[in-house]
Amino acid sequence: MFGYHGSKFPVTTPAIAQIRKTALNAAHRRLNARMVNFGGWDMPLEYSGILAEHEAVRTRAGLFDVSHMGEIEITGPGAQSLVQWVSCNNAAKLVNGQIQYSGLMTARGTFVDDLLVHKISDTHYMLCVNAGNQFADFDHIVANNKFDAKIENAGPRYSQLAVQGPRALEIMQSLTPVPLDPIRYYYFADGKVSGVDCLIARTGYTGEDGFEIYFAPEYSEKLWNDLMEAGTPLGMIPAGLGARNTLRLEAGMCLYGHEIDETTTPWEAGLAWICKMDKAPFLGGDELDAQRKDGLPRKLVGFEMLDKRIGRDGYPVSVGGQEIGRVTSGGPSPTLKKNIGMAYVPPRLTALGTILEIDVRGQKAAARIVPLPFYKRPH
Amino acid sequence: MYPADYRYTKQHEWVKVDGSVGTIGITHYAQGELGDVVFVEMPKIGTKIKVGASFGTVESVKAVSEIFSPVSGEVTETNPLLADAPEKINSDPHTTAWLIRVKLDDPKEVAALMDAAAYQAYVAAAAEEH
Repeated sequence: MFGYHGSKFPVTTPAIAQIRKTALNAAHRRLNARMVNFGGWDMPLEYSGILAEHEAVRTRAGLFDVSHMGEIEITGPGAQSLVQWVSCNNAAKLVNGQIQYSGLMTARGTFVDDLLVHKISDTHYMLCVNAGNQFADFDHIVANNKFDAKIENAGPRYSQLAVQGPRALEIMQSLTPVPLDPIRYYYFADGKVSGVDCLIARTGYTGEDGFEIYFAPEYSEKLWNDLMEAGTPLGMIPAGLGARNTLRLEAGMCLYGHEIDETTTPWEAGLAWICKMDKAPFLGGDELDAQRKDGLPRKLVGFEMLDKRIGRDGYPVSVGGQEIGRVTSGGPSPTLKKNIGMAYVPPRLTALGTILEIDVRGQKAAARIVPLPFYKRPH
Repeated sequence: MYPADYRYTKQHEWVKVDGSVGTIGITHYAQGELGDVVFVEMPKIGTKIKVGASFGTVESVKAVSEIFSPVSGEVTETNPLLADAPEKINSDPHTTAWLIRVKLDDPKEVAALMDAAAYQAYVAAAAEEH
């Protein structure tokens, strides 16, 4: 056993000397979670098992500790201009209390990171960024701050929990006086959850309805326990990064270091919808404009395997015996009971139904290009 | 936890010897490390396998692992249960979820493997490192 091929589990950065822990580390260990180094953080991979946790989120609810995620606060009169300059989506369209998925761009129009932009006011934005990128993101934003905005790496001031699944609203509502139903998808409200001041965002990385709440780390165990107490009768269970990965893959969402990185553009990644060329000039915009006119070298597609074999992260992809790309993320889809994945292929080979050959440890396995996302919630 | 009449490898396979027949599986510790098993790739009946060499793979949701043979011999049976119910490896790794049966080249070969007490100590030490 344990002669692993390919990557074991998506780890976005190499292990660093000092592994970091969230405020819930001891709670995870008490729950006998299997832990993993993810982006330099000691995080729960699974508690009861990836399949059980995945199913709970699709049918009931799951509670995730996502306190490893980074937060960067941008404030001052230049805040909006700075956010606009370093990101590809149009932050000027946001109203207070609205959230936007966006890309932090290099000068080449590639991803430093993907992120959620929370607009608190014209002079205050909170960016939620990937754990493994938060220091690079901070340095990048500081280096491009020609607007004299104040930039704070606020990660240490926040814990973050995600309550995800069709029962999430009911569970959260039992702990807060804030009316949650009126908070639309990709909006947030400030308010108390279980008596603790929170930013309550209707966002997630699972393809289900749900909330992500941000609060001071000292309340982490209290909120975890109170949410579990409210959610357990409705079938909520703790869920780890393993289920988070299978859930986001089914939902066709990108993972930094897999579908997107400093070599990929939003066009290539199927993220044209977050790339607004009609807004004010932004970092990497000229290169993105040029790539759009000149044509793309590759595009991201979804595939499903035609037999029981699994095309995993990093496996080579061929058509007609010629290697054309690599699997970016691949694995079993617990909901669809198929083996699915995403891969970059040349634009001429992206038609739905195109047959790809995935090199599964030296043997060719057939896969078919299918639409993304693989899974859309029915309600 | 670990049957006393089995022998164990450092790669977490077990073998049970009945005369000239060896039954091979993966251990409880192995299934725990892998997590939910979703697919097992087996050798064909009649395949000659060598001690220490890979004869198949076990795929879980998160990873794929090779299975290394604890013995040398010829594959006489593969477990038909696992084609439709690979998750049995998680629930019954030492009993109904055996992987293959082998006609042993040399039944004395297993003397080199760990007994249950030694294996128990070995996985306890591995768990410490976690």
